[in-house]
Amino acid sequence: MIRISAPESAFEGEVIELKAMIQHPMETGYRRDSKGDIIPRDIIKSFRCTYDGNIVFEAEFFPGIAANPFLTFHARATHTGALTFSWTDQHGESWTEERMLTVS
Amino acid sequence: MRRACLLALVLAGCSEDHDRVAQPSQIAPEDIQSGYDFLQPETQSLQDDEFANPGYLWVDKGQALFNQAPENGGPTCSSCHSDDSRPVSKAAAHYPAIDELTGKLVNIEARINLCRERYQDLSPLEYESDELLGLTAYLSHLAQGEPVSVKIDGPAKKYYAAGEEYFFLRKGQFNLACSQCHNEHWGEKLRGDTISQGHGNAFPAYRMEWQTFGSLHRRLRDCDSGIRAEPLEFGSETYTAVELYLAKRAEGLAMESPGIRR
Repeated sequence: MIRISAPESAFEGEVIELKAMIQHPMETGYRRDSKGDIIPRDIIKSFRCTYDGNIVFEAEFFPGIAANPFLTFHARATHTGALTFSWTDQHGESWTEERMLTVS
Repeated sequence: MRRACLLALVLAGCSEDHDRVAQPSQIAPEDIQSGYDFLQPETQSLQDDEFANPGYLWVDKGQALFNQAPENGGPTCSSCHSDDSRPVSKAAAHYPAIDELTGKLVNIEARINLCRERYQDLSPLEYESDELLGLTAYLSHLAQGEPVSVKIDGPAKKYYAAGEEYFFLRKGQFNLACSQCHNEHWGEKLRGDTISQGHGNAFPAYRMEWQTFGSLHRRLRDCDSGIRAEPLEFGSETYTAVELYLAKRAEGLAMESPGIRR
């Protein structure tokens, strides 16, 4: 599951708040199960938000990041375009969500 | 001879039933407080923020499942449970309840699985699966703010009694009953934590310790293993009876799911 909070419309020059959360265990690789075996690491490595193709926010994740990572950041609305939010895990699998932003 | 007598006395003392039951105790009705009041302000604000609260990941999933047509072509949950007929909006605040067909006590999880088997021709969902947690979260979240109230008369009576008995039963290597922490010592410290009153009105909930979402039965299992007693199975009749006892004990508290707990 992915949760995105982004405005549908904004005025030109307005600073908008964007929020993104993804359901993910962010298993550190340091824990052991009840039999004493190491639980393999399983983490998201990177997050990227683009606005009409240009990167507006990027983050690198490490094992210390808690499960279900939640990010809040800001961008300046300049023109109508698509906001894409994408996460990529350590295996290269990725998840993407898109929202249209209409600028008037 | 004297030593033998002493040993016999000790053994007799251990096997006597009254030693296994904690003293009677209860929280005065005016003192009943949700676990929310025992959280730090930061944790409270995480629960209150409808976006930042990670429990809503499961609410969203449940809402999608509730309205999604099953692969076998059966009806969706929402096709039966519309606002006009058989509304489910506040139902979660009144569970566990007696299933009218079998006369057995069921909680929300068991009710969802009964619906799947009876009306959707689907296999039951596994306890703690994202699907069952999602549907439970969605239904409980619809009842947010509704005061907890359950029926404990008629066929529910024996389940209530069984739940109460378990609550006061001393068990595990620590030989502790639920009541000894949550009735007798709430508000006091257990290591770094403040002991809550042990209400279930925020469940299913997101627990920091789990780093994920879980059912009330998972929470009960943690309590039992915490006192080094053997946890019961998910969905067991005894835990469901305890759930009923806890709901009656928490009567009047507002439903909080998806809650955030430590």
